[in-house]
Amino acid sequence: MNTTVNLAGVELKNPVMTASGTFGSGEEYSEFVDLNRLGAVVTKGVANVPWTGNPTPRIAETYGGMMNAIGLQNPGMEVFCRRDIPFLKQFDTRIIVNVCGKSTEDYCEVVERLADEPVDMLEINISCPNVKEGGIAFGQNPKAVEAITKEIKRYAKQPVIMKLSPNVTDITETARAAEAGGADVLSLINTLTGMKIDIHRQTFALANKTGGVSGPAVKPIAVRMVYQVGQAVKLPIIGMGGISSYEDAIEFILAGATAVSVGTANFYNPAATVEIADGIERYMEKYHFENIRDMVGIVN
Amino acid sequence: MMSNKGKESAVILSQECIAPDIYSMWIQTEKIAAEAVPGQFISMYTKDGSKLLPRPISLCEVECQKGQIRVVYRVTGAGTGTEQFSRMKAGDTIDILGPLGNGFPLDTAKGSRAMLIGGGIGVPPMLELAKQLDGEKTLVMGYRDGQFLKEEFEQQGSLFIATEDGSAGTRGNVMDAIAANELSADIIYACGPSPMLRAIKEYAEEKKIVCYISMEEKMACGIGACLACVCQSKEVDGHSHVHNKRICKDGPVFLSTEVEI
Repeated sequence: MNTTVNLAGVELKNPVMTASGTFGSGEEYSEFVDLNRLGAVVTKGVANVPWTGNPTPRIAETYGGMMNAIGLQNPGMEVFCRRDIPFLKQFDTRIIVNVCGKSTEDYCEVVERLADEPVDMLEINISCPNVKEGGIAFGQNPKAVEAITKEIKRYAKQPVIMKLSPNVTDITETARAAEAGGADVLSLINTLTGMKIDIHRQTFALANKTGGVSGPAVKPIAVRMVYQVGQAVKLPIIGMGGISSYEDAIEFILAGATAVSVGTANFYNPAATVEIADGIERYMEKYHFENIRDMVGIVN
Repeated sequence: MMSNKGKESAVILSQECIAPDIYSMWIQTEKIAAEAVPGQFISMYTKDGSKLLPRPISLCEVECQKGQIRVVYRVTGAGTGTEQFSRMKAGDTIDILGPLGNGFPLDTAKGSRAMLIGGGIGVPPMLELAKQLDGEKTLVMGYRDGQFLKEEFEQQGSLFIATEDGSAGTRGNVMDAIAANELSADIIYACGPSPMLRAIKEYAEEKKIVCYISMEEKMACGIGACLACVCQSKEVDGHSHVHNKRICKDGPVFLSTEVEI
C-alpha cells in the first residue's frame, strides 16, 4: 500500500498534516502524538516581528464548531528560526511554515528569511479574517492574490502554498489568480467569518466581535470548495475544514484534495491526526486502493 | 519524547448536587491522581458532538492512594456542557485529559501564615491546597448562595465566610470578610472571579504580601498550543516573546505581580 503523496516535488509519507494555528509548532502536541507519524506539520503563522494578537476572549464554542479571533499571536521569524525549526527537525516529518504579514513587504521579508532554513514548504496566509491589516485583505481580491503570489515567488526558495479564504463569492476566481501568480499548491479553506452574541452579558462573545468559524459545522462548505477548485485549476490541493475523522479526510480526497489538514479536531482529540492517518490505511485496504494517489478527485 | 499523555475514558464513582447548581463528582483515574498537584485542572469532554471543546475544571481533591479525583463544578445554564456532566451517574464514563496547568507552589508557604481565598467556583481548588499546605492556615471563602464544602474546610484551618446576602458569615465579598475579621497573612493563595482577584492583587501588593492567584479564561486546546487563553503579563512570555502568558500552560497560577488583571 502506498500512502505517499507528492506536493510540488515534496514527498509526504502520508496525506495528513496539521492546520495552521491549531498545533503551534508541534511542541505541545508532541506529548500526545508521535509527530513522526504525520505527513507534515504546518506551523502557526509566523510574521517578520512578534505579534501580540487580539484581546480576550479569543474563542467561543458554536454548534458543532467554534469561533476564534486569536489575531495571529506569534514570536516573529527570528525566535521561530532559532527555536521552532530545530525542534521540528528532530522528527521525520515535513515542515511547512505558515507565513503571515501586514503588507507584501512583510510577507516577503519572512519568505526571504526562511529561504535557507531547512523547511520544506511555505504556506502563505492571505485569508486570516481576524487581523485588521494583511490577511484576508489580500485574499478576497483576485488581482491582489495574483500580485502577492508573484511577489512571494520572487523570494521563495521552497514551493509556495497559497491558503485561500472561503469568504468570497466564487473561490475559483482567487484559486485561478493564485495559479496565474505562480503558486505551487493551494490550501483551503481558512475559517468562515462569523459572529456570536452572548445574550446574558448582552455583548459579543469575542472581544474582536467577529471570528473565524471552524470545526465539523463548516465541513460541507469546505468539501464543496475543494471540489470546485479542483475542477478549476491544475494545482494540487490541501483540503481542510472540519476534518475530525478518517471518513472526513477521505471525503476531501475523493473531492480532489491531494492532502488534508486537521485543525479544530486537535482541540478535542489531541490524537486526531494519527488516528486519521491510520483510518485512511484501513479504508484503502477495505476498498482495495493500492495507491492513495488513485483516490484523488475520483468523484467528479 | 512522547509520554503516555492522552485523553482517557474514566469511570464516575459518584455524583452529588451540593448547593444550587453546584455538583461534586468523584472520578476513578490512577494516572491523573498520581500526578496531580493542587491548583491543576482537567479538561472534561461532553458526549455531545455539538459541544466540541473541553471544559476546563479545577481539581477539588486528589486521593493519590485510591487513584481518585474530585471535581466540584457549576452548571452554567440549561443546555450547557456542564449541565450534561451533572446528569451523569456513578458507573458512567467520562472523557478527561490531565492533569493540566502548573498548580500552586507549596514550598514557598513553609513556616509562614497562609491565607487561602476562594470565591464562587474558585472555592473548590482551595480544598486540596488546604489539605496539602503545612502550617497555619486562614481560609476565606466567598459564596453567592449555599456554603458548599464548608465542613471540609473547617477541618483544615480557621474558616471565615462571606455571603452576598449575609445569610452566613460577613455580608459582602471576601475582602469584606478579611476587613471585618482583621485577618492577616504572610502569603496568599486565591482563586475566583476577575474582580475578586483584582482586589486581592491590589491588597497583597499594598501590604507587600506574596500572592499567588489562579486565573480563568475561555480555552480551546488546554495544552498551550492555540493561544486562546492568554493573560497580560509584566514580563515577556516564553512562548511568543510578547506580554501574553498562557493561562492553561504557564498558569493557571501566577504570582500576582506577574500579571495584569
